Amino acid sequence: MREKFFERFSWVSLVLNSFRIIVIILIVVGAFNTLQGGKYTTSQWVSLSVSGLAQGSIYALIALGYTLVYGILLMINFAHGEVFMAGAFTAVFVAEAFKESGFLDSSPLLAVTILILVAAVVSTVVAVILERVAYRPLRGAPRLVPLITAIGASFFLQYTFRGLYGSGFKSYPEVAAVQGTWHIAGNDIPIVQIVVFVAAILLMVALYWLVERTKVGKAMRAVSENKEVAALMGIDIDQIIVMTFAIGGALAGAAGVINGLYRPQGVSFTMGFFPGIKAFTAAVLGGIGNIPGAMLGGLFLGVFESIGPNLILEGLGIPAANQLKDAIAFTMLVLVLIFRPQGILGERLTEKKA
Amino acid sequence: MAKTGRIDWRQLIRYGLLAGVAALYVSVIGMVEVFSQRSLITGVLTLGQLLLFSAPVLAGYLAVYKDDESQTAAFSLLKGVITGLFSSLPLIALVLLANAVNLRAMFVNVSPALIDILVFGQGTAVGVLLLLLSGAIWGTLGVIIHLLPDKTRHVVLVGLSWTLGAGMLSELLIQVFRPLFGSGFIRFVFQGGALKLWASIVVFILVTLLDWYWSKRREEVKTKMANLNPTQRRAGMGVGLLILLILPWILGTYLSEVLDNVGLFILMGLGLNIAVGLAGLLDLGYVATFAIGAYVMGLFTSTSSLGVGELNFWIVLPISILAAMTAGFLLALPVLHMRGDYLAITTLGFGEIIRILALSDWLSPIIGGAQGILAIPKPQIGSFVFRGPQEIYYLILAGCILAIFVSSRLNNSRTGRQWMAMREDEDVAAAMGIDTTKSKVLAFTLSAASGGLAGAIFASKLGTIFPHSFNLLISINVLSLIIVGGMGSLPGVVVGAFALVALPELLREFAEYRLLLYGALLIVMMLARPEGLWPSAVRRRELKGTEEEEIEGGEGAPVAVTAD
Repeated sequence: MREKFFERFSWVSLVLNSFRIIVIILIVVGAFNTLQGGKYTTSQWVSLSVSGLAQGSIYALIALGYTLVYGILLMINFAHGEVFMAGAFTAVFVAEAFKESGFLDSSPLLAVTILILVAAVVSTVVAVILERVAYRPLRGAPRLVPLITAIGASFFLQYTFRGLYGSGFKSYPEVAAVQGTWHIAGNDIPIVQIVVFVAAILLMVALYWLVERTKVGKAMRAVSENKEVAALMGIDIDQIIVMTFAIGGALAGAAGVINGLYRPQGVSFTMGFFPGIKAFTAAVLGGIGNIPGAMLGGLFLGVFESIGPNLILEGLGIPAANQLKDAIAFTMLVLVLIFRPQGILGERLTEKKA
Repeated sequence: MAKTGRIDWRQLIRYGLLAGVAALYVSVIGMVEVFSQRSLITGVLTLGQLLLFSAPVLAGYLAVYKDDESQTAAFSLLKGVITGLFSSLPLIALVLLANAVNLRAMFVNVSPALIDILVFGQGTAVGVLLLLLSGAIWGTLGVIIHLLPDKTRHVVLVGLSWTLGAGMLSELLIQVFRPLFGSGFIRFVFQGGALKLWASIVVFILVTLLDWYWSKRREEVKTKMANLNPTQRRAGMGVGLLILLILPWILGTYLSEVLDNVGLFILMGLGLNIAVGLAGLLDLGYVATFAIGAYVMGLFTSTSSLGVGELNFWIVLPISILAAMTAGFLLALPVLHMRGDYLAITTLGFGEIIRILALSDWLSPIIGGAQGILAIPKPQIGSFVFRGPQEIYYLILAGCILAIFVSSRLNNSRTGRQWMAMREDEDVAAAMGIDTTKSKVLAFTLSAASGGLAGAIFASKLGTIFPHSFNLLISINVLSLIIVGGMGSLPGVVVGAFALVALPELLREFAEYRLLLYGALLIVMMLARPEGLWPSAVRRRELKGTEEEEIEGGEGAPVAVTAD
């Protein structure tokens, strides 16, 4: 018996364990070399981390959409990155109009709020249509089926928006009010990063309140716990699922505009792909289906992605490490899924769900 | 059910407006304008118009689809008219809006040319009336199609689709017919890359006659085919092979090139089919194996400064397949415990990592970075060089035949059955004593072999490789063709490759909307026909099961695809 056990499992786990050890050694050696070399000052590390936090809070907002839907339907909405793109890409036209009329500079707070609303509405509509057309008819189908539909929907949405708004890149106009830096504790921190971070945190707090304190949130939690019982308690399951998609969509749309403040360039029909995958990574990192987990995972991924190339890859003597930034996020996804698929905070994920 | 003559307004408005929104959608994203350049029947119908009109036709058809016998024909026709009128409303709104404000600042494809197409080139006022009229006509046509007796409807629909298909593929037909019948014939039948009206009528009549004849003789032919003895069967296969062998010389360079591409995708499709179709492991990073095959081939045969060894194609070929298999094996280990969605995203991550690494400056001294690898020599046997697409074709054909042979053996083998059991339910499969670890690793490894082979041939076919050739879209392409053909079905892979690779290649207008259509196809296939165009027997039983009726009801599905 014992021998048989080893025969079947040992070589796989041997490979995985040695892989694990190699990864740890690489990280330690890389970080040690970089810090030893003293190429970057403390304030450089701080500014890298802060920009990582800002980027991470955007990932976190998108990640919430994955997590909410997963919590209820146990499926990954592969097209969520495109929901994000839809809002961001549409709102850029409104932003341009605001800039031209001077509204954006005269009352930036109101203008950005309106932009966020516009993007949120567009993304919500896209998410709800997506649920209605592509996912609802397939509830209860074999798992591969909705997944393939989602991939199809992702491409369909991308090229729909390419058809609507063209294939060129657009950029958000600069908001004068968030330019410049604040001097905090000896470091110059760009205002825009603080604004992005604060705005994202506010939205997350609002979501947390919605889920934990309101009736809709209660219903959502009930549905995610057990659909049949929730239905018996008089909860309209379909409505709650639509609601979940809508909330996730709204957050993604808002993230689109906030992302536009932070990184004005590069709004295009393909912009959803990388943030989508990274937000998914963030959701998995925090434990998918877990709301605080998604927030934490997003922030962690943002910071890691920001300092990782400089800290680890450069220490290993890899030139132009920043080119590999995206590879870092993917590597991290793979590593998390291999070694801790339940994520940092997740406990709910059983073998069957994974 | 509805009483005689009762009109359910809500339903009519719903179908009408939905069709109208579909028509609006294809107009606004620019499909109508682009497709209008492809004329199907000279001076009568363009692809753009077909796209616009199929929506109201479908709406009219659906509006009366559920009616029972008690409805009188007149009322049904009236319903068609109403549905059609409503289907024109969104387009009319678009025309009026485009006249009032400059929509183009936001919607780049709402050009004056598009509006001109929508109003039939007649100006706004007349155009709006014409739109209403055409909506009513097409809606009624949908009803008429429904009212036809079943047999007649079948014959008419078959005739129409063949005629329109012939119109669409006119350029291909011209290329094939010109050497056979001479330019005079071409000028006689075609004009401006489309069928002349009389020719399309002839095609229609011929096809209907053939279809009628076929419906009489079908059973007879089928039993005859089933009762062929092995010698006849072998003779049939021999003839088929002979046709395949002389095909590139009939088709010419351009079409051979298209055929080569199809062949490469068939190769990849056959490989991915092992993982996705048989073992149920959704691998979105399949392009990685393709890239590895290509890069190994490039590195070891290239005569440029990056080349290592400048080895012979035939020596490197097995090496690149082995390299791809090793990559598949290594990929399999970490993902052994993952299922479904997680597996998909992890494999996607692997594919992207490979591409990012290939692009990076870090590895560029070895594999060329963004500049890629140049000067990869063509393969040759003795003094015969596989130079152009017509020669490379044989290489690809040989690869495909090999892959089909291996796949079909695997399909019916013990391993294949283990994979299928694993696809259905992993836990049960494990409980039945299947070593799922081994099965999965084997599936990934074997699946990679075919991708590596395709990559190796691809590299020497092109002579140069760039990291940009190996993006996610290839994986999606391959996945789509498997799904469209039918997961786990070998003929399905071939059908899917021709439908998804050859067709868009031949219809240049599709280029821009190719991925849009793939996306729509994936959704529609999953909703209406999850077993694919040419399903494997097992898969059909499993996915159809009790839903038999529903799928039969989806007759309009192919039309819906073009209307989207």
